[in-house]
Amino acid sequence: MKIPCPHCGLRDYAEFKYGGDATKSRPAHGEGNLKTWHDYYFLFENPKGPHREYWQHVLGCRQWFKLTRNTATNDVEGAA
Amino acid sequence: MSNRYSAFALARHALQPDLPWPRAWASPEPKPSYDVVIVGGGGHGLATAHYLAKNHGIKNVAVLERSYIGSGNVGRNTTIIRSNYMIGGNTAFFEHSLKLWEGLSHELNFNCMVSHRGQIVLAASPGQIDQFARRGNIMRLNGIDAELLDRSEVMKLLPYLDYSKDARFPIWGGILQKRAGTARHDAVAWGYGRSADQQGVHIIENCEVTGFVMENGKAVGVETSRGRITAGKIGIAVAGHTSHVAKMAGLKLPVESHILQAFVTEPIKPVVHHVVSWGAELFYLSQSDKGGLVFGGHIDGFNTYTQRGQFPQVRTVAECAVSLMPFVSRLRLLRHWGGIQDMTPDGSPFICKTPVKNLYLNGGWCYQGFKATPASGWTFAHTIAHDDEHELNRCFSLDRFEKGGELDEHGLGNWTWKQ
Repeated sequence: MKIPCPHCGLRDYAEFKYGGDATKSRPAHGEGNLKTWHDYYFLFENPKGPHREYWQHVLGCRQWFKLTRNTATNDVEGAA
Repeated sequence: MSNRYSAFALARHALQPDLPWPRAWASPEPKPSYDVVIVGGGGHGLATAHYLAKNHGIKNVAVLERSYIGSGNVGRNTTIIRSNYMIGGNTAFFEHSLKLWEGLSHELNFNCMVSHRGQIVLAASPGQIDQFARRGNIMRLNGIDAELLDRSEVMKLLPYLDYSKDARFPIWGGILQKRAGTARHDAVAWGYGRSADQQGVHIIENCEVTGFVMENGKAVGVETSRGRITAGKIGIAVAGHTSHVAKMAGLKLPVESHILQAFVTEPIKPVVHHVVSWGAELFYLSQSDKGGLVFGGHIDGFNTYTQRGQFPQVRTVAECAVSLMPFVSRLRLLRHWGGIQDMTPDGSPFICKTPVKNLYLNGGWCYQGFKATPASGWTFAHTIAHDDEHELNRCFSLDRFEKGGELDEHGLGNWTWKQ
């Protein structure tokens, strides 16, 4: 698998680290109850298909970015 | 019973080569309704059906398998069985599983080739020896066998490891569980399937569940590629695809799907007589009866449903093998493959009721699904039959994160991809 780093261009996946689902939005400080935070922290959409996720180019520019990848095929659709 | 396997049956078939062996399980058309429908015909689903019939007398059961029996993770693991856990909730459960393994071939009348060859986990630092001593003490307090080994004892048992001054990670000792070992994974699926079938369970292959039928918030049936099937109770046992199936019932779970790779070398003469695991990096290796070294390591590290591994992990696991056992560098890799596993935030599974009435969940197995197969089926059958968790799986509930009941055996925190 190759991943397009927004800064360095197309690089091998070995240079990157996965950072989890990027569609989750952290509740504001003090918002909601225990369930709000449980759902944010512990539950995953885990779709079989397109997934918006964080990656870090750890063995390169070390930039964090968001990538859209299809989890059913590993086809990478683009980064930003 | 005419289709019971025995030495006599073997002799009879040897003398009458034209007499075909009966099919191990039938291929029935699905009925419109069952008392219990199990989604997923893997090891756990088939074991659940077996124990529903055997322990609870519930025989009007269907197991629905999207593909064929043995096509999923039950045929993709590295076949290790053990019970060296130390967190309350895990310890008793996995020991119960190992006890069921001990009598499984007789119980199923199917040779599961259970081999108690022992598992040795190697310590790569003095700190790990202390940690293993603690683990061993907790195991022994729970009636589980554990022996702490020093370096010289490990050298006697495993003379082929790298003990040189140049070893990247020196071997300080290890912990041995003699009752641990391996089993033939295909036979486990076939044995449970055949036994369930003989007790009246319908095993329906090539039948994909495409949705759940709900009435007043209760699950009352499933839509499948072979029509609608109504059910009194429904159990999900599809680890790897748990999120995907549970979503059809409106559930969002603490599960992410990740790929774990496994590897087999070309066959060689017997040299590795135990299951060997390593403390320096997650790495485990045993030698199959055919002679190939079977080994594996960590997951690739990102969520995916593709059963294709990435090369960097092949390299990492091969490096582990060679730095621990230098002779492996002269072997060729024969096959490698991937399986999709449910990763949970604490590395522990779910065997529980769900917020949807009449719908039960078995999943989230992380690295430990195969060894758990007997106890998983045993407790899941209890949970379905009694609409209540058994004492052995009470800690594996879906709401444990809300209640502070994480079972983080490795102390890694809430990272599915780091467990």
